[in-house]
Amino acid sequence: MNPLGELWVYLSREPLAALTATLCAWWVALRVQRWCGSHPLANPVLLAVALLAGALLLAGIAYRDYFAGAQFVHFLLGPATVALAVPLARQWAAVRARPLAILAAVGTGSLAAILSGLALGWGFGGGAGLMASLAPRATTAPVAMGVSEALGGLPSLTAVIVICCGVVGAALGPLLLTLLGVRDMRARGLALGTASHGIGTARALSVDAEAGAFSALAMGLNALGTALLLPLLWRWLAG
Amino acid sequence: MIGGLAALLLCQLAGELLARALHLPVPGPVIGMGLLLATLLLGGRVPEGIGTAADGLLAHLGLLFIPAGVGVVLHLDLLAAGAWPIGLAILGGTLLALGLTGLVAQRLLGRR
Repeated sequence: MNPLGELWVYLSREPLAALTATLCAWWVALRVQRWCGSHPLANPVLLAVALLAGALLLAGIAYRDYFAGAQFVHFLLGPATVALAVPLARQWAAVRARPLAILAAVGTGSLAAILSGLALGWGFGGGAGLMASLAPRATTAPVAMGVSEALGGLPSLTAVIVICCGVVGAALGPLLLTLLGVRDMRARGLALGTASHGIGTARALSVDAEAGAFSALAMGLNALGTALLLPLLWRWLAG
Repeated sequence: MIGGLAALLLCQLAGELLARALHLPVPGPVIGMGLLLATLLLGGRVPEGIGTAADGLLAHLGLLFIPAGVGVVLHLDLLAAGAWPIGLAILGGTLLALGLTGLVAQRLLGRR
């Protein structure tokens, strides 16, 4: 075998190349985001995924081989989900002050997100796999992927959809809320966090600290609520 | 920091074990989040190590989605075939949920 071939075999066997490529793509994406003045449409997750997916397709590398290395980054989604308890605990005083109002608002939005996903997937004859991939899309990716997998959906398809929902909400959400006359920063934050999880929360934080806090709270509550209730709702709808 | 990371992993492990032992439909890490939240609220404060570990992980939350997101290469034909329902669910569904949450929240929170 020629030396170049040996090098290729080494690179495709060790996780090093996939990990390096993932981190480099993320770094480049963050730089691009900064060049674009943190424009919400220049979402770093979307950019990095596009870069890596393009590279895999061009080089003819199988996704399974890439994931064998990148799974070490993927693994951290689990502890990151657990870590969402920390911002939630920090804002617990605000939750305790108006628990019912917050729960009702987040619950309404969460249910609207789930049902619109199910209805559209069903209406277009997408089948159970597509519906299961669409239903949890408003929640933060680690939870959405876990729920999607538990329902028989495609976690990687859900991840892409979740990211797109975050970008749409972060880019168009503030404009829509202004048009609807929602000026209360707490309400704006809850809306962004419920519909657009972490990407919406990042956007809310960049505008107003209070909106950011309520957005993180809504993201956590929506994640917990969807994870607890969607599998039961799914079983009930299927049964 | 290491203690904090260990605490996060312990909660996740406990969550996974509970989910499997009791056949719960909820992902293990979410049960772990619930366990950690209950512990933090009982303790009355967030210990510094756990706070540092959590902030570090959450600061680059986006990075962690990338390996799964690249999986889009496996579903390009599915995405092309279902472009309309998927696109509508993303655009329409997200804006519907966003607007509804905002309106309900503003109405219920009222003036302070």
